[in-house]
Amino acid sequence: MAKNMTINLRIWRQKSPESPGKLVDYTVSNASEHMSFLELLDVLNEQLIASEDDPVEFDSDCREGICGSCGLMVAGIAHGPQQRTAVCQLHMRSFKDGDTITVEPFRARAFPIVRDLVVDRSAFDRIITAHGYVSVKTGSAPDANAIPISKDAAEEAMDFAACIGCGACVAACPNGSASLFTAAKIAHLALLPQGQVEASRRVVAMVDQMEAEGFGDCSNYAECEAVCPKGISVSGIASMRRAYMKGAFSK
Amino acid sequence: MSDEVASSMSEVSHSPRLDAKVPAGRLQEKWDAYKDAVSLVSPANKRSHNILVVGSGLAGASAAATLAGLGYNVKCFCIQDSARRAHSIAAQGGINAAKNYPNDGDTVWRLFYDTIKGGDYRSREANVYRLAQVSSNIIDQAVAQGVPFAREYGGVLANRSFGGAQVSRTFYARGQTGQQLLLGAYQALSHQIAAGRVTMLPRREMLDLVVAKDRARGIITRDLVTGELERHAGDAVLLCTGGYGNAYYLSTNAKNSNVTAAWRCYKRGAFFANPCYTQIHPTCIPVSGDYQSKLTLMSESLRNDGRVWVPKDPKDTRAPEAIPEDARDYYLERRYPSFGNLVPRDVASRAAKKECDAGRGVGETRLAVYLDFDAAIRRLGASSIQDRYGNLFEMYERITGDDPYRTPMRIYPAVHYTMGGLWVDYELQSTIPGLFVLGEANFSDHGANRLGASALMQGLADGYFVVPYTLGAYVAGIRQSEGISESHEAFAAAEEEAGARIDQMLNNKGDKSPTQFHRELGQLLWNHVGMARDRAGLEEAIPAIESLRDEFWERIHVPGSADRFNKNLEFAGRVADFIELGSLMAQDALRREESCGGHFREEYQTSEGEAVRNDEVFADVAAWEHTDRRPVLHLEKLSFENVHPSTRSYK
Repeated sequence: MAKNMTINLRIWRQKSPESPGKLVDYTVSNASEHMSFLELLDVLNEQLIASEDDPVEFDSDCREGICGSCGLMVAGIAHGPQQRTAVCQLHMRSFKDGDTITVEPFRARAFPIVRDLVVDRSAFDRIITAHGYVSVKTGSAPDANAIPISKDAAEEAMDFAACIGCGACVAACPNGSASLFTAAKIAHLALLPQGQVEASRRVVAMVDQMEAEGFGDCSNYAECEAVCPKGISVSGIASMRRAYMKGAFSK
Repeated sequence: MSDEVASSMSEVSHSPRLDAKVPAGRLQEKWDAYKDAVSLVSPANKRSHNILVVGSGLAGASAAATLAGLGYNVKCFCIQDSARRAHSIAAQGGINAAKNYPNDGDTVWRLFYDTIKGGDYRSREANVYRLAQVSSNIIDQAVAQGVPFAREYGGVLANRSFGGAQVSRTFYARGQTGQQLLLGAYQALSHQIAAGRVTMLPRREMLDLVVAKDRARGIITRDLVTGELERHAGDAVLLCTGGYGNAYYLSTNAKNSNVTAAWRCYKRGAFFANPCYTQIHPTCIPVSGDYQSKLTLMSESLRNDGRVWVPKDPKDTRAPEAIPEDARDYYLERRYPSFGNLVPRDVASRAAKKECDAGRGVGETRLAVYLDFDAAIRRLGASSIQDRYGNLFEMYERITGDDPYRTPMRIYPAVHYTMGGLWVDYELQSTIPGLFVLGEANFSDHGANRLGASALMQGLADGYFVVPYTLGAYVAGIRQSEGISESHEAFAAAEEEAGARIDQMLNNKGDKSPTQFHRELGQLLWNHVGMARDRAGLEEAIPAIESLRDEFWERIHVPGSADRFNKNLEFAGRVADFIELGSLMAQDALRREESCGGHFREEYQTSEGEAVRNDEVFADVAAWEHTDRRPVLHLEKLSFENVHPSTRSYK
């Protein structure tokens, strides 16, 4: 049978981007080891609603680790202690009865807080809009098998394309850099012949946008890779920097 | 059942309100004939038309990107913080296309036939044929966008097989096909945002459709950060807001997936078709406790190599590894020798329920069956299985704590997809001119049951290759002088209603949370309008749902205020609409006195428990019109000129 647990939470509460925030203590006494961490917050919120308190706001959607909506600092680690796991798939069996867990939003200069644990990650969309695509309109595609792509290249491209855009990489980085996110898209497309055509233009536009959004630079801490729920490799960052230098000088 | 519903049911003739506008001619030539004749809009004129696309999943993002590429002014709305997070992203297994790359006999006709048959002969032939025709273009388009599909060593695309088909026509990107196709569409959308052709409005929820002079003129949205209500006028509205599976509370849908946008359109006059057709997916991780917030799907592709079984003896509670072969019942292989573990979803789900109902379920709750990879691992090696399903196995282990390389998965059916939706004609236009409905939000292509790997195909077909043509037919007929702006009284009235509803929920100060109501509704629907339905249960459910609706407005408690980020306020509005929809689902299920696809009525089955369809009476689409009293039923009679509806057999 599932074990019953009492969990103490210290949660960041903040009403608006401008107002000061603070950690507030809560206790959930009917947690189960099979619960996900977000389900624990659901239970807490039902408790708060019942006592006419203000529930904790947090983003979540698919709850199966693929949409990238959720993102919390759990006990000081982006997405919590279990590696390669988004917080929606972090289960309470990773914790012990009686634990006190601190929960904070993903913090970065480029991710302003909306409310409580909800942050604004629209800077990521603007980086993709800068050139995170192949410029191909609907209808102008050749047959899908017209250009062979080696299995290895397709697999490696997929490794980078697996990014869910959650922002953990930024939250974990001492510089608040979005290098892993940006490099992942650049590498995904550069590894495929369809993306090669604009590769140089792409890297310059995306890196410039990343800087304009207020993300920091990369100092090779590799904290980003350690917290990435999809295990995306920092090797993409080195390629991005090389390609950027080349692209920026040939512009 | 009320007398009014009963009397409307006696009108079984084809409703004149439901002209499907299917082009004349041979099935194979209809779409070409349509394209030959459809009005075009000149590039200069396209620039002067504003198109509103609600939703940014596969259907919405592909439509918005394509229409913007053609030159229209597009506004695209989504409820998530980014267009990239729409729930299409969670589709795992793959996308079908009649490419016939494996040379195993696939054709457009076969994909059409499998889809019609898979849908249990409750879909429109012409729409499904068109879907099969454009399926190949989707793969071409996705590859050109940089979607990293699985490949063979020679560099060509790989295929896998999927339920309901005897050819390999499913393209895939590991277990993340939906993610990769959505990111392709999202990137195409981003390209158009960069070009200034699309204005993207994330964290917006559509709260109403604005109808004036009998046409869709725009929408009312709520900014989910500031709480502000906004008016958006457009020449056409494309609703791409997904399905309503979350009516059951527990489903594989995302937490924000909801019916509100579609339900508001229904209340403004769009007919809702076949609401009782819901798909229960056979391979999901079972419920573990009362706190459960959603159910997680394990891709159907697992059934390619996984064998489904239960112990023959209900009292056999040994660990699965300790149960010898001769004490196991591989019931799908036994009952359906030719399709085996790859029977369609509805068949597999009901079979699992049947075993559990007979007491042979496994695990703590006894509501689960085994999905076992032992034979495949021994045949192919663990590394081959890891290549195919590695990420799914990891996900299973993360959630359950069990390692499927060592012990069989435990699975149980869960609500996954809804075939019903707003009624649309061949042009994907609803009964409100100017309101188009794409993807899962419409009812059109999957009949009473959707085959695996067909949802991605339909969403992208609608957005990339169908609506860009059919929208032109409507836009070309719009007179510019008629333009109704955001200051029109219809916008003011709709905005006021949306605001009043929010105030009513906030000011009620009752004692039950939105989630409590949602769970209660879910329980009612799962018990009475779930995997198996019967008259008595449905007749019990309808008044129970209606009293839940009354109770909602008496006892709802929504914390916080309207002028801020307020998740519970969003949930409350959606739950209110789910409750109303739940009643319509039950009424539709009660009216359909047959078993077909996802709709299984206990009264209509063979002695072996197989579904019994009634083509004489129910070969139709049931489209419901909202009125102030009871919903009124309209029927579109389905005619099968190219395939002969037969008893679906996977034996």
